[in-house]
This record gives sequence, structure tokens and C-alpha cells, in this order.
Amino acid sequence: MIEGSPILEVEGFSKTFAIHNLERHIPVFAELEFTVRSGEFLLVRGPNGVGKSTLLRCLFRSYRPTSGSAIYHSAHGSVDLARAADIDITLLRNEEIGFVTQFLRPRPRVAALTLVAEVLIAVGTDQDEAEKSATDLLDRFGLKSDLHDAYPTTFSGGEQQKVNLARALIRPRRLLLLDEPTASLDEETRNAMASRLGELKDQGVAMMGVLHHASDVEGLIDKELHIELPEGVSETDLEELGDTRHVVEQS
Amino acid sequence: MTVFLNPNAWQPAPPRLIETAPILEVKGIQKRYGDIQAVANVDMSVYPGEIMGIVGESGSGKSTLLRMLHLEEPADAGSYKLNIDGWQDRELLQLDRFEQRKLRVSHIGIVYQHPHLGLRMHNTSSGNVAERLLVAGERTYSTLRQAAVSSLAASEFPLQRMDDLPRHLSGGMQQRVQLAKAIAMEPALLLLDEPTSGLDVSVQARVLDTLKSLQQQQKISTVLVSHDLGVIRTLADRVMVMRGGHVIEAGLTDQILEDPQEAYTQQLVHAKL
Repeated sequence: MIEGSPILEVEGFSKTFAIHNLERHIPVFAELEFTVRSGEFLLVRGPNGVGKSTLLRCLFRSYRPTSGSAIYHSAHGSVDLARAADIDITLLRNEEIGFVTQFLRPRPRVAALTLVAEVLIAVGTDQDEAEKSATDLLDRFGLKSDLHDAYPTTFSGGEQQKVNLARALIRPRRLLLLDEPTASLDEETRNAMASRLGELKDQGVAMMGVLHHASDVEGLIDKELHIELPEGVSETDLEELGDTRHVVEQS
Repeated sequence: MTVFLNPNAWQPAPPRLIETAPILEVKGIQKRYGDIQAVANVDMSVYPGEIMGIVGESGSGKSTLLRMLHLEEPADAGSYKLNIDGWQDRELLQLDRFEQRKLRVSHIGIVYQHPHLGLRMHNTSSGNVAERLLVAGERTYSTLRQAAVSSLAASEFPLQRMDDLPRHLSGGMQQRVQLAKAIAMEPALLLLDEPTSGLDVSVQARVLDTLKSLQQQQKISTVLVSHDLGVIRTLADRVMVMRGGHVIEAGLTDQILEDPQEAYTQQLVHAKL
């Protein structure tokens, strides 16, 4: 396979939460460095609590990174996700960077099919074609066809997740951030999702994934980023100390 | 000694990727009442189709700011521009009263927390909505009626009650009439001042649904003032946090709610969630 061009180049990337009422700094990860190329799948590994999801959230800017840079090469030009203006991040979220989690907040009184099709309509696909693609993908993810016109607010967790995935994966993005996307899915849906991710990868979509069961996406993974615990801290310490772990003392 | 990260040390880069200009741009706007600095040197911009939330406690200056954006409260200093055909280069704070009214009627819609501020309680609901077009110069009865029907329908108001007086309607319905009136002229800017704060929780949820789907369909650039973080989370794309007349923190809604930087915002978020 020909190596894709870099989409994301991360250097010295760190996140520390500052909790004012505790007067504490809670470092999560520090000095991360990695590159993701188009069509590449980067698996993020590491013990629980080490900040794998936090890393994805920092790149999506739901959390504000503390230091370092994450140069993202968009279709509009290059920008540092760590510092980019909020309005630029909004633009990238609308057009290029997708975030997939197990938590869907469906808009009330909007049918499953509409929620999925509107993603394509928003970028100019005509209504009929968008609805056809949405129907196909929902079928593929195993959402019963009599639910396509129903409101996901009334669905079970697993069914909502199918809608969520279809919505997130119907349109190729440049970069997909996958935060435990397979949690709460049955095996058939996990396989359907992996096959859809494979198609997107072939179209050049770059992906970063945090997955409890990496075997769900076996065959897609190109490389791994292993986030280590800070020196001298064991996983048990981390669980015991919870959020107040390793306070930074400086003079 | 624990040294604290200074949240102000993080400065976002200027916008680089976005190609559209803001529809609303405010620089250094100020308002003082006697010894009280109600709004101190606030900058803000709103991009087309965006909902900008302003959150803060009573007395933070958020409502004063909104009234200045509606040109109903004069500012002491600053600049305010709207990127609308015919008004692009005008300094709106310098307009005379006649021009301010003209701009408001055609291009700015507002929904107040208290319906009596936005509605004539002794006119019918449909009449309240049609009045905006009448003031703007429309005189054909069928056009006025049709515009009232379509705005009320877009606000999900029960049309069989469109000729009732607002004072005979429930609080939720009164807010829908205000909303219909606000969008009747297809404004470039919609201002929402605590639009659901006076309502029962279940009614509030339904009015929020309406606002959300309306935004999805019409993409009206909106400034939303609320002390309710649930309302902000549901509707706003970006948020400014105000305290004592200052904007102390601003960011993407999910970032402000999930990773607030300032001590005050951390308290506010934890108190409400």
C-alpha cells in the first residue's frame, strides 16, 4: 500500500486538569508524539485511566489541551488543533473530523432515517439519494426497517447506538476519532461496523480508536500508540487515588 | 506550593479556516449604571447560522448586553456592526432612533422571558405576529394572514387558537407567539432572553424542541441568554461566561461545560450538573 500523506502531526501534546476548588493539578498524559496519515488506523492503547479518551477529546477540543501542538492538515489549510479558533473547530467538526462514542443524544421527534440522511443532505446530496444511502447503512447495521421512521429517543441502547454509528459513518471524513464505538453492540453489528470502517479506510479516512476489544477492528490497525503511566505510578495506585492522583508540586 | 495553570495563558489563534465573515461583530461595548459597571468592554462575534450562548448569574450583565444588541438600551462606548445588506458599514450604536427601529423591525427578532414585554396582550396572537409585517409596510390582508399562519406554524403554535388574545394563553403558548413574531420577518439575527425560564419543566422541554428544530431548518444566527446550563447545552454552539460585566471565559459549548478553565465556571458547571 502506498503511504498516505500526514493528516495529523502531534508533538509534545499534554493535558493537565486544573481543579480550582482542590487547588490541584491533575496531569493526564504528557509529551505525546505521533503522526496519523490518510487511510491509516491508529489504535490508542494503555491501562485504564491513563487518558486515552481524554486524548481523543483534546483533539476534538471538547477538552482544551494544555501544551504541545496537533497540526491538522485540512482541505482548507493547516491548523493547530491545540490553539485553533473555536469557529475553525466548529467548521472542522461539521466537515472533516468525526467523533464516534457510544453516547447518542438524539434530537427528539426526529426519525432515525432523517438523523442519518441529514448528514448527507447537509453537504448537498439530494434527498432521495441520501435517504437511500441512510436506509442501506441502517439495514447493514441491523436496525429493523420498521424502526427507520421511528424516533430513536424511544429505542434501546443498542438500537440507538446503531443509529449513532450510521450517522457518524455515512459520510467519509478526513479524520475519525472512535471512542469505544463498539461498546453495547452485538457481534453482528460490530462486524458490520468493522466492514464499514474498512471501506472508509480504503477511501483514505484516517482513524484513531480507543477500543476495549481491539479484536473488533482486527485487520484495520496499522499502528499503535501506547500511553504509559507516569513513572512510579501503578495501575492500582491510579484506581485508588482516583482523580486526585499525582498532584504537581512546584516551587 | 502548588502553582496554578493560568487559564488566561491559553489564547486561541485567530480564525484561519473559516471563509465566511461574522454576521455580528461587537467590540469594546460598555454600559455603566451609576457606580455599577453593568457591561465592561465586551467583544463578541457570531457567525452565520450559529447560536452564541451567554451564561451568567443575575447581575452578570448578560441581559444588559442583549438589550444593547437589540438597540433598546444605548451603550456608553464600543462598536456594533451587523453584516446585513445595506447596513454593513454602519456603526449601529450611532444610528438615530428612526434608523434603529427600522433595522430592528426588518432584521432583528427578540423573545423575552416575560411575554408582556414582547406582546400586546389585548391584540390577537395572529395580530401580534402580523404587526411586524404591517410596521415594515405590508398592507395586503391575505399576505399578512398567511405570514402569521406560517410563522405560528413554524413555532408549533396550535393554529386553532391563533385568534385568541395572548392573555388567554398558557405561558408556553405565549412564548410560541413571541417566537412567531420574532421570526415573521425572517430576521438576520434572533435574540433570546431566557426564553424558557418562566415555564414548567415539561413545557420548557417542548419549547426547546421547537427552538432546536427551527434552528435546524432555518439556521438563523442567534444570541441566547440563559442562566440555565441545560438550555445552553441543548441549543448553543459556543458560549461566553459573564461575571460582573466581564466575559471571563468563552469557548465551544462542550468544552466550557466539560472542561471549564476558570474557578468560577467550574463552580457554575458543578453546581448545575
